[in-house]
Amino acid sequence: MSKETFTKLTATAAPLPIENIDTDQIIPARFLKATTREGFGDNLFRDWRYNADDTPKADFVLNNPTYTDAQILVAGKNFGMGSSREHAAWAIHDYGFKVVISSFFADIFKNNALNTFVLPAQVSDAFLAEIFKAIDADPHTPITVDLANQTITLANGLNESFDINTYKKTCLMNGYDDIDYLLSLKEEINRFDLAHA
Amino acid sequence: MHTPTTLFDKIWDAHVVKHAEGHPDALFIDRHFIHEVTSPQAFDGLRKRGIGVFNVSRTTATADHNVPTKDQHLPIKEALSRHQVETLRKNCADFGIELYDLGHPFQGIVHIIGPELGLTLPGMTIVCGDSHTSTHGAFGNIAFGIGTSEVEQVLATQCILQYKPKRMRISINGKLGKGVTSKDIILYIISKISASGATGYFVEYAGDTIRSLSMEARMTICNMSIEMGARGGLIAPDETTFDYIRGRRFAPQGEAFEKAVDTWRTLKTDEGATFDRELDINAEDIEPMITYGTNPGMGIGISHHVPNLSEIPESELASYTKSLAYMGLEPGMELVGKPVDYVFIGSCTNARIEDLRQVAEFVKGKQKANGVEVWIVPGSVQVANQAKAEGLDKVFAEAGFELRDPGCSACLGMNEDKIPAGKYCVSTSNRNFEGRQGPQSRTFLASPLTAAVAAVTGKVQDVRAFV
Repeated sequence: MSKETFTKLTATAAPLPIENIDTDQIIPARFLKATTREGFGDNLFRDWRYNADDTPKADFVLNNPTYTDAQILVAGKNFGMGSSREHAAWAIHDYGFKVVISSFFADIFKNNALNTFVLPAQVSDAFLAEIFKAIDADPHTPITVDLANQTITLANGLNESFDINTYKKTCLMNGYDDIDYLLSLKEEINRFDLAHA
Repeated sequence: MHTPTTLFDKIWDAHVVKHAEGHPDALFIDRHFIHEVTSPQAFDGLRKRGIGVFNVSRTTATADHNVPTKDQHLPIKEALSRHQVETLRKNCADFGIELYDLGHPFQGIVHIIGPELGLTLPGMTIVCGDSHTSTHGAFGNIAFGIGTSEVEQVLATQCILQYKPKRMRISINGKLGKGVTSKDIILYIISKISASGATGYFVEYAGDTIRSLSMEARMTICNMSIEMGARGGLIAPDETTFDYIRGRRFAPQGEAFEKAVDTWRTLKTDEGATFDRELDINAEDIEPMITYGTNPGMGIGISHHVPNLSEIPESELASYTKSLAYMGLEPGMELVGKPVDYVFIGSCTNARIEDLRQVAEFVKGKQKANGVEVWIVPGSVQVANQAKAEGLDKVFAEAGFELRDPGCSACLGMNEDKIPAGKYCVSTSNRNFEGRQGPQSRTFLASPLTAAVAAVTGKVQDVRAFV
């Protein structure tokens, strides 16, 4: 069942140079009560983004009009730790981000992002620092993420390649999902199910 | 010659339906647990595809994350929460899945009811849309948390696509000191290897200290594997495991049980099997632990001080300072004597009967300190009933503790059980993230014993002075 695809994106980025951002920060549990996948973007980073009285916190990056059009989120290492809530990836997607760049991702978040068609691109600590520096120098600097070639290129020409398994790469580029593949194995699964009853 | 193999590899390899070049393994899942929060969108996906559940007998549902812990017999007041639980009911009815709903004698936190019902068995693969699914690994199985798209995969195909993680063995040997519990063991391990130190690994816990622990204590350890980034953690089954499982509701019975035990006895890592990483821990080095920061890796032995800035690597200083500012703590300070406002005894980490017994044993005949609110939230209806049968409810009532109905409660603050902004809570749960227990709440993670002493004294204490 095809959803969307991802091949290549050139866009501006919102910087969040904080390490160990857990999924409770990305979307707090009290906003997990919806039974659909839509609308979670409104509460993305809720408690960092809004005060207790629901007024925006002026110093938070997503409240800075400079980054309104950003489609890439750049965050400190070990992004997405903690709870397995896929709602975190949905919130990032729903807000409008297509890519998250970090120097390390938590396992479950990485899977959830890929299944939500958000690309988690892992770069070196040094290249992550270069990206933050480039955004700091010019918040409107474009960053190009090329999935076919597995590269991230900055406006100053600096670039680095990132890893992604070939299976998930194919899924993202063609809009495939895991269930399409697993359903094609139905006969084998049936035999396995009977043998393990 | 047979290559020595880890227990993890044995179980994984026995469940691979399809291993294809360039693809993740299609891994067969024996047991799937679902709950109200991470399943509705998965069922919607099935409806959109026009398919049913592959094998309903392998999935069990309960309502735990988003349920009130007071007056559970009444309709849920909060509209969104009520809708979520009603959606679970409708989905289970439509697709034919067994549901242990509010009011059912088997209802409770998903990772507590699986083991207590004998649904969790050695050698299995188990998944649930919850990261603390690692709990079940205490029985010698591969159990890990998944996202909702993966819940849909398992409902649709009874399989999940996964790359095999690396293997780590953590061996703990030696005798535990006075007042040191399994919660302290796992908080100690996480403090040593950090909140991301086991990312990409599946952990096997081994050693004579682990062997000496009860099943409930082992579950506490496996439960928090995810807090160091590991997908899961497991412990080879032994007589303690078999004794626990014997006679449980859905476990094999009689001759079938004895036959199963014969198979389960083979579930261990071969001598000479290699791990990608090994860690050895001396149990005598472990003190009662407490966390001071905003991830579970930020923990210290109770006699230690909160790290000074000079002890923190420069690259981590900004995050460290932010964390302490959130907690309202200073570098270098001691936590013993720090006044607390709330004590929460509950969660899939520490809400089993042994936890409640340990708390009651210390609290019996004592009163909670003035100004401290104490919530005890049992992990399941069965735990609650057992506590009442043993008279623990009276001990708690006399101490001024509030014994509530089962659920996840203030572990994640999804229902109304929230710690108010700025307040300190000693919590037996698993996460001290910013806002985890409520916006601006401040969490000290600790053992049930440390929580019990805090409840009675109103302060963080070194339990060794009290037991």
